[in-house]
Amino acid sequence: MSLSVRFHHIVKEFGAVRVLHGVDFGLDAGRVVGLLGENGAGKSTLMKILAGHERPTGGQLLVDGVERYFAGPRDAEALGIALIHQEFNLAEHLTVTQNIFLGHEKRRGWLLDRHAMAREAAACLQLVGLDIDPDTPVSSLIVAEKQLVEIAKALSRRARLLIMDEPTASLSAGETGRLFALMTRLRSEGVTIIYISHKLDEMEAHTDEVVVMRDGKFVARADTADVDRRQMANLMVGRDVADMFPPRSPPADGAPELLRVSSLTVPGWVQDLGFAVRAGEIFGFAGLVGAGRTEAFEAIVGLRPRSDGTVDIAGQRTDIRSPRDAMRHGLAYLSEDRKGKGLHVDLGLRENLTMMTVERDGPWLDVKAGRAALDRAIADFGIRLRDPDCVAGALSGGNQQKLALAKYLRTDPKVIVLDEPTRGVDVGAKRDIYALVHRLAAEGRAVIVISSELIELIGLCHRVAVLHGGRLQAVLGPDQLTEENLIRHATDTRH
Amino acid sequence: MPPTPATELSRKPSPTLPALHRLRGIGPPVALVLLCVAGALLNPDFATVDNLLNVLTRTAFIGIIAVGMTFVIVSGGIDLSVGSLAALIAGVMIVAMNALAAGAAPPGAPATIGLGIALALAFGAASGLAHGFLITHGRIEAFIVTLGTLGIFRAVLTWLSDGGALTLDFNLAEAYGPVYYGSLLGVPVPVWAFALVALAGVVILNRTAFGQHVQAIGSNEQVARYAAIRVDRVKLLTYLLLGVCVALATILYVPRLGSATPTTGILWELEAIAAVVVGGTSLRGGSGRIVGTVVGAILLSVIGNILNLTSIISVHLNAAVQGVVIVAVAYLQRGRR
Repeated sequence: MSLSVRFHHIVKEFGAVRVLHGVDFGLDAGRVVGLLGENGAGKSTLMKILAGHERPTGGQLLVDGVERYFAGPRDAEALGIALIHQEFNLAEHLTVTQNIFLGHEKRRGWLLDRHAMAREAAACLQLVGLDIDPDTPVSSLIVAEKQLVEIAKALSRRARLLIMDEPTASLSAGETGRLFALMTRLRSEGVTIIYISHKLDEMEAHTDEVVVMRDGKFVARADTADVDRRQMANLMVGRDVADMFPPRSPPADGAPELLRVSSLTVPGWVQDLGFAVRAGEIFGFAGLVGAGRTEAFEAIVGLRPRSDGTVDIAGQRTDIRSPRDAMRHGLAYLSEDRKGKGLHVDLGLRENLTMMTVERDGPWLDVKAGRAALDRAIADFGIRLRDPDCVAGALSGGNQQKLALAKYLRTDPKVIVLDEPTRGVDVGAKRDIYALVHRLAAEGRAVIVISSELIELIGLCHRVAVLHGGRLQAVLGPDQLTEENLIRHATDTRH
Repeated sequence: MPPTPATELSRKPSPTLPALHRLRGIGPPVALVLLCVAGALLNPDFATVDNLLNVLTRTAFIGIIAVGMTFVIVSGGIDLSVGSLAALIAGVMIVAMNALAAGAAPPGAPATIGLGIALALAFGAASGLAHGFLITHGRIEAFIVTLGTLGIFRAVLTWLSDGGALTLDFNLAEAYGPVYYGSLLGVPVPVWAFALVALAGVVILNRTAFGQHVQAIGSNEQVARYAAIRVDRVKLLTYLLLGVCVALATILYVPRLGSATPTTGILWELEAIAAVVVGGTSLRGGSGRIVGTVVGAILLSVIGNILNLTSIISVHLNAAVQGVVIVAVAYLQRGRR
């Protein structure tokens, strides 16, 4: 009934970038396996290969001892392998029922059997504990509900191996509890479950064994009972976590306040948010997906309407209505969505680097000065590349991030906001970026880091603000910065 | 299962800009050269200086519009109204110049024509601004806005001309003639104008901050917005630029026939868009080449010219042959993303 899986030397390349370097390990049937690894370790890619969404560049995939080659997700689903996506794969304009049966519609003759689908959809929704009308369009659901619809969709496929990629990232404590109850039940019915999460406490409590990946390779496996959280973290990072971060020097006494935000309200996202950051300070923002961190800063730089609130930069009241106004006031926001909002992946490196400053330097392009600036940035930010004439999309994640940082820093901001600066970045580039964050703070800038990696916030920041449901829950100082504290405030389970 | 063992996988070279440009840039010029060789072999009259200058002169209208269209398309937009706009500008110009000449104190032919040209430029610029404003601030799809104005412009012209022809006053036509029929250093005036517009286009698109922003917006509008580029302003300017290009083309066109009718400039929008696409600019925007557009425009009119000079394929099938070329070029350039 349940499935066992063996990865044999799986390699995956996207263009010139190799993300999986020969992954070798097996998964026994009927267990809950926690798959651990930092962002960019290759977990999601490996799981997409297992579910037929991606094809491996090399290597073999064995399911129940038989070598399999999936041309698409249908082939994997035929064997009972279902992936619950981290990024939702739902058609926004269709209803919940239509999404659950997308591609597997039930038919009577040539026509759709709507009644049967509605009945079964309602049953699946009940299993995941989602109390909504199955005829609701997905676009009107909140993030957590969409996540539960994804899970219901996988259940409707009668999965024998279920892959959950960070399913709890957007769920509340109650919903998370229900999900774990469901997992326990599925396992007792013989379903193999692969569980991916950054929350080490969940790993500890709900998995039978953990498998650790790092930089596109298998690193270690262990029975969950035999490892503690600190060991898990060290295995993920590949060295003692403490070595990743440069020593913190606190901002100087009497350092001026560079950013003060008061009673910021962003309709639908953020209510009454206030905080202040001083020169030389690294200020973190923690919270679940959908807590409103990104939206708050998009509103501050004028990318989103705000209904209330004031923003003072270096003691001066501002009225920022566009990123251009923000730039003029010395405030820069680097998006979490590097390829969709941070860099022009189809344009060259020089074009990207000079994009924000090209106008300031006069109406005419100075290609020579641009090239010189690129050479300086490559040296300054440690951008590793084979060909300076390549397009930005050909760089690896870490080097793209360094290029994006260099681009935004050309505007010489007093306050710089980095949204998930190490997402999809390898360990080496991570260290470089952490060092760079410290350098920016040492130069007297105020640095704000939004991150979903708790280890990162704890290791990097002087203070961390925690948002939950668009409200500020707490601002934690150095002596209060622990994973438990951050999770407690982020999920709003304070006692 | 792919048979290649992982250890033997070789790394593919990274996609680089020069390689891409080489591939993309070479197609249309090669096609043009081949077509010219074929034309010369089929009819000795083809490769004469007179014939080639004639082809270039006729290409000038579409070519100038296509240069402006390249900016709009590279920024991710489209303009379907340029043919109707050209017709309306021609009509308005003729009506205004005739009225001036028939007035109580006519200012003399050169001054009248000068005023007509100024009016044409102002009208083109205003229409471009209106398009840009509706598209950016009105948040309406460019396709819809310009589909609307396509109908509006042509209907207004038809109404102005009462369904017939608006004809330029004979004396004015006489004085205005050299703008189309005249030559400078042996090269017709429209060809000079086309060359200057193309050169300006190359410089603006590739050598200015504005040009880089146009490409950045077409490549990914979100990234551009986040990078503090004034997206709306840049888009507005591309439509303004196109409006001025349409006015320039019309200024050259009016002295050719000295009249405007409801069929003036019909399908010019499609010819201009076709020239841009054949020249290697993606309809999705992001990157484009003015030189490619120029070659594309010439290529399309050379086809018509060869059909005219030879009897292998009927002239009536001109549009069909052009259509085959457009689809073939699109096929060769497909799927680079």
